[in-house]
Amino acid sequence: MHESLLINIAIAVLFLPLLGFVVTLLLGKKLKSVFIFENLIITVSFIAAVYLLFSKLSFFPDKNIVAEFEWFGFGIVPFFGEVSVKLGFLIDNITVIMLFTVALISMLVHFFSIAYMKGDERYNRYFAYLGIFTFSMNGIVLTHNILMMYIFWELVGLSSYLLIGFWFEKKSASDAAKKAFIVNRIGDLGMFAGILILFLTYNTFSFSEIFTQLSEGVLPFDSHVWLTVTGILLFGGAIGKSAQFPLHVWLPDAMEGPTPVSALIHAATMVAAGVYLVVRIFGLLTADAMLFIAVIGMLSAFIPATIALTQNDIKKVLAYSTVSQLGYMIMALGVGAYKFAFFHLITHAFFKACLFLGSGSVIHAMHHEQDITKMGGLRKKLPLTYATFLISALAISGIPLTSGFLSKDGILASSVAFASLTGHWLFPIVGFLVASLTAFYMFRLIILTFHSEPVDHHKFEHAHESPFAMVMPLVVLAGLSFFIWYTPNPINADSGWMISKWINNPELHTPSQTRFDFMNDSDVNVNKTSNTVMYSQSYSDAMHSAHFPAMILSLLVAGLGILLAFYVYQWKKLNADSIAAKIKPLYEFSLNKWYFDEFYNSTFVAFTLGISRLSAWFDKKIIDGIVDGSATVTRHIASFSGNFDKYVVDGLVNFTAYLSGFIGILFRRFQTGKVQTYIVLVIFSIVILLFVFKNF
Amino acid sequence: MEVGLNHFLFVSTILFSMGIYAIVTRKNAVLVLMGIELILNAANINFIAFSRFGNFGLDGQLIALFVIVLAAAEAAIALAIVLNIYKNLATVNIDEVDKLRD
Repeated sequence: MHESLLINIAIAVLFLPLLGFVVTLLLGKKLKSVFIFENLIITVSFIAAVYLLFSKLSFFPDKNIVAEFEWFGFGIVPFFGEVSVKLGFLIDNITVIMLFTVALISMLVHFFSIAYMKGDERYNRYFAYLGIFTFSMNGIVLTHNILMMYIFWELVGLSSYLLIGFWFEKKSASDAAKKAFIVNRIGDLGMFAGILILFLTYNTFSFSEIFTQLSEGVLPFDSHVWLTVTGILLFGGAIGKSAQFPLHVWLPDAMEGPTPVSALIHAATMVAAGVYLVVRIFGLLTADAMLFIAVIGMLSAFIPATIALTQNDIKKVLAYSTVSQLGYMIMALGVGAYKFAFFHLITHAFFKACLFLGSGSVIHAMHHEQDITKMGGLRKKLPLTYATFLISALAISGIPLTSGFLSKDGILASSVAFASLTGHWLFPIVGFLVASLTAFYMFRLIILTFHSEPVDHHKFEHAHESPFAMVMPLVVLAGLSFFIWYTPNPINADSGWMISKWINNPELHTPSQTRFDFMNDSDVNVNKTSNTVMYSQSYSDAMHSAHFPAMILSLLVAGLGILLAFYVYQWKKLNADSIAAKIKPLYEFSLNKWYFDEFYNSTFVAFTLGISRLSAWFDKKIIDGIVDGSATVTRHIASFSGNFDKYVVDGLVNFTAYLSGFIGILFRRFQTGKVQTYIVLVIFSIVILLFVFKNF
Repeated sequence: MEVGLNHFLFVSTILFSMGIYAIVTRKNAVLVLMGIELILNAANINFIAFSRFGNFGLDGQLIALFVIVLAAAEAAIALAIVLNIYKNLATVNIDEVDKLRD
């Protein structure tokens, strides 16, 4: 086993989907069956990713494999030193786990789509888009520098745009695609500014080189504040891509795309790229930046959870739950629970992809009906979909034996530990509240869709279990939602291989006075080169004591939420409509998504449109007026000069010619052509001259 | 009465005037040429007269000799031209020879 083999395999994993994209796009119109090639390529890429995962984790568990090459260089730049831009791969445990997740879900979504998208007129193009998405996502995961990450970051934005607007004949779909692209751009602007600050300061894009220089005390503009600002600006990219408050508005609209796309891009992988970015830059986040991140994460966990309570579109509920779960991960990173954030990213990717594909199966069975109030009783018609959906819903609600329980419990325990050390008790309180809300709306969704009585009997009679290509991915993903893949202990992940072996705590590189107190260890001599985080003894103590109560409490709130959902929707002890009528303002507020879209439309969008109109008016009236005015003036001057030329200059010339002609006419009679006449004239002239000049 | 300068000048003036008169009035090209000869000879008389009565040595006689030679050459060329004109146009009337004017 050699490192270069791993790097070559990583290159294959990265570029195979690109090959699939190019081939499928070019041959798509001529060759109807070229999508099989794309599926084959993605399967090969998955196998390579699996091989990469196993060989990395078994042969190089504690080693970061880096391969880089110079992309272009400028030589020595004045005032700046040598500028050379390098691209390259960083293969550590996080990379291979993430790569495996992306490749697996991408492959399953490909298979699912074979059946789901059957009969679409742009069938092959759809698979081509999935291919370029997989390529870009692999690029984000594999990169060792932030410039390459930014490039692929924009590429996933592009493929997301293409896939949301896949059915661009629908105006809502093309609008949603534009919205997603533009909202993402706002976040990316922050990320770009952050990258520029990093490059100006460190003259490199590579994460490890930046961290090394940061450990040596090099700070952006020699100030701790600017380090915080840089962290927050970079996090701006994550706010956009991971649909965090206040830029979360694009994700629910993105559900206009095909459902398998929602599963792959807008639930499992692309939106997790923001979390992955924060994971990568974790080493340079100061305490203030982390607190900012935690607050954003908390708001993003809470607000969409309240909105999801009242939504009736099956995909909208799942979309808001995605934002909410991503908020969990971001909050976890903010409170320093690095391992659990990444753990939750992986577990969430599996069970949320399963939920979305399950919803795709339901929508497929119901002939593109998405309103859960028109479903019901599908349990009998779609037994496999129901079973997998239920397992995933249990996982997202945090019920023991599932993967979601482990990761969510870890996050909640960390937030409790964080609160006990710093006094920010709002984080755990909101965390538990959101856990209970999540359990409630997920089971509201399940009961309305699969339990209760069928609402639309006609559609119910025609509903049927989906074909094998669609059910198989569901079963695989539901299987991955069990605890056994991550740890042998179903109630505590700490001793499992995922947390204790595979995900290592990162080194911190920030100056110690900018960190949280619990991240500075007073009694252990900090070894900069070790791969372990410098969490203090007090943190592990707090974590230890927080774990058990947090687990009980999270179980309690999740159970409460599920129970309430059954109480209201299954047993109908309470009438949901009458409750909604009683708290009508709150209900309306949630139903209308906290009026975010309306607020943005009337402020930012209206403001931008106003500016555009003003500048259009300015352009039309002032600029065009100046241009037209100068044209008129020029025309008048030209016409005056033309007249002057015509009458004065030409007049003089013509007068001269006329005068010459006149004199010519006058004198022509002297010229007879007879020499003798001339001689007579000459002699007479001489005689006259002699008389005139005579001096006698 | 002594023959003096004035007599010579008088004769040459008459000759000159006759030459001019011939040039101006005659239509025949040969007669015009003869007029030119008269004028040249008037000039010759002047040269010799001034040479004899002025204090110029033999310069006048010398130039007169040149003029005679020149007149011979001139007459030869001019007569050749006239002969060619007659060949081409069948006339020696100089009023009718106006082809260049067109």
